[in-house]
Amino acid sequence: MSSSSDLELKVQRLESKLKEAQELLEHERRKNEGAVTKREKIGQMSAEVIDSNPYSRLMALQRMGVVENYERIRQMSVVVVGVGGVGSVTAEMLTRCGVGKLVLFDYDKVELANMNRLFFTPDQAGMSKVQAAAMTLQDINPDTQIETYNYNITTVDNFDNFCKIIANGSLTGGPVDLVLSCVDNYEARMAINTACNELGQTWFESGVAENAVSGHIQLIVPGVTACFACAPPLVVASQIDEKTLKREGVCAASLPTTMGIVAGMLAQNTLKKLLGFGTVSYYLGYNAMQDFFPTMRIKPNPTCDDSNCRTKQLEMKDRPQTPTGAANKEDEEDVVHEDNDWGISLVGENEPDVEPEEKEIATGIKLAYTVPAPTSDDGGDLVQDTELSLEELQRQMGNL
Amino acid sequence: MVDESTKKTLSKIPLLKTKAGPRDKDLWVQRLKEEYQSLIQYVQNNKSADNDWFRLESNKEGTKWFGKCWHVQDMLKYEFDVEFDIPVTYPTTAPEIALPELDGKTAKMYRGGKICLTDHFKPLWARNVPKFGIAHAMALGLGPWLAVEIPEMIEKGVVKYNEKE
Repeated sequence: MSSSSDLELKVQRLESKLKEAQELLEHERRKNEGAVTKREKIGQMSAEVIDSNPYSRLMALQRMGVVENYERIRQMSVVVVGVGGVGSVTAEMLTRCGVGKLVLFDYDKVELANMNRLFFTPDQAGMSKVQAAAMTLQDINPDTQIETYNYNITTVDNFDNFCKIIANGSLTGGPVDLVLSCVDNYEARMAINTACNELGQTWFESGVAENAVSGHIQLIVPGVTACFACAPPLVVASQIDEKTLKREGVCAASLPTTMGIVAGMLAQNTLKKLLGFGTVSYYLGYNAMQDFFPTMRIKPNPTCDDSNCRTKQLEMKDRPQTPTGAANKEDEEDVVHEDNDWGISLVGENEPDVEPEEKEIATGIKLAYTVPAPTSDDGGDLVQDTELSLEELQRQMGNL
Repeated sequence: MVDESTKKTLSKIPLLKTKAGPRDKDLWVQRLKEEYQSLIQYVQNNKSADNDWFRLESNKEGTKWFGKCWHVQDMLKYEFDVEFDIPVTYPTTAPEIALPELDGKTAKMYRGGKICLTDHFKPLWARNVPKFGIAHAMALGLGPWLAVEIPEMIEKGVVKYNEKE
């Protein structure tokens, strides 16, 4: 038999549980009726410190003298390519910060396998990532204009459209202020690089290693800094021996922590770049195993494979030497390794089978692989010139 | 990193000369002709080595490719549809070969059934731009992938033999 005080305690607990349930029910009922208070659009950012002002803490940055003119963010347009573990979180941060316009690109769907990362929820499984993201983001901040494109930017059909949006997608119909690459593959990064070199568009590259324990962001200003094609991809040394890294049965691992940290680094530097405060990092790495954050600056490769990169480099040479606008106020201290001769490697031309030598670019950062200098003479057999037309060749192939 | 037989196969595929992608108009037509020449030679090599394992064709512009590939095990022929787009950054980046019908059946795949290549493929491709073409991507990418993954999927029962023809 329980004593009366025990019973009293039980009743109290049940009462509080009941109250919780009632509140939840009421919230659901109002949600169904569409009566849940949706935040209204706000015409102008106010610095007034009251509970109902979503911008009070952001405008405080201005009062504290961190940012000169915070409200400028409302005129800013940012393209986010890839709305996965990094892109979605970055987009949420920028939305909460009140960015004027976000343009999202992704061709993937939300899957339950994504739930180890942030942002998406299980009920969104099956929806396109851009649509699911737009819904959530619009709810969080109706002031941010959100535009979505559910396609693969690397195909011929979509690429031109992608370029047009970078060139004319801002709130005023001009070029967007920044492109953020949050994709998970080399092909898409190269497509963004090609577009941005062509258009002279400043962008941030970001990435998380497939073993989930390192990541990086990189500011690319065509002609001023190394573009993505200037050298093989840079990777943060993770201190994990590649030879012991088991890859059987899996393509990639991921962690919400690493992705959240990289998204934070990316969104932070985006804010600094857009609003002109602090120093923007040209390259900022993150090594999760050692909690090490290497930084550096890389000059463009005069013999870059991308002709638009080379053209932009020549254009920039003629300009006075205060480029980038990245390091707005203070001069960026020059990090060493300026005379790194990109593209020329230590690997002999006839030994492609040898594991590439690890070439450290800056402490803790290396090239993913090395590429030998182009050779004019090749051992292999080249295709012979042919008199046949393309159609004839296609027919011949069909008849095999 | 590349086994001897793949190496030997690879050495017999003619290398390409023209560095051009699908946005390069006339030069792309030249590249496309080289692609076909190289592919035809590769298929012929396979046939004469009694190791015929795929057919490919493209749209008129050469930007979309599709066809069949097959794997023979215990006298049974397992056949799969192959498809891929030529990316705007080709040939700097290799095509992403996909077997859509196997999507979700193996972890060695990215969305849409794109096969997951080894760490060695990309560096090797990068070192051989623009000499490598579609035939090389098949020989280095899809070929070894099928050889490893299909037997495993058959064993697990996720791939079953269909009597088609």
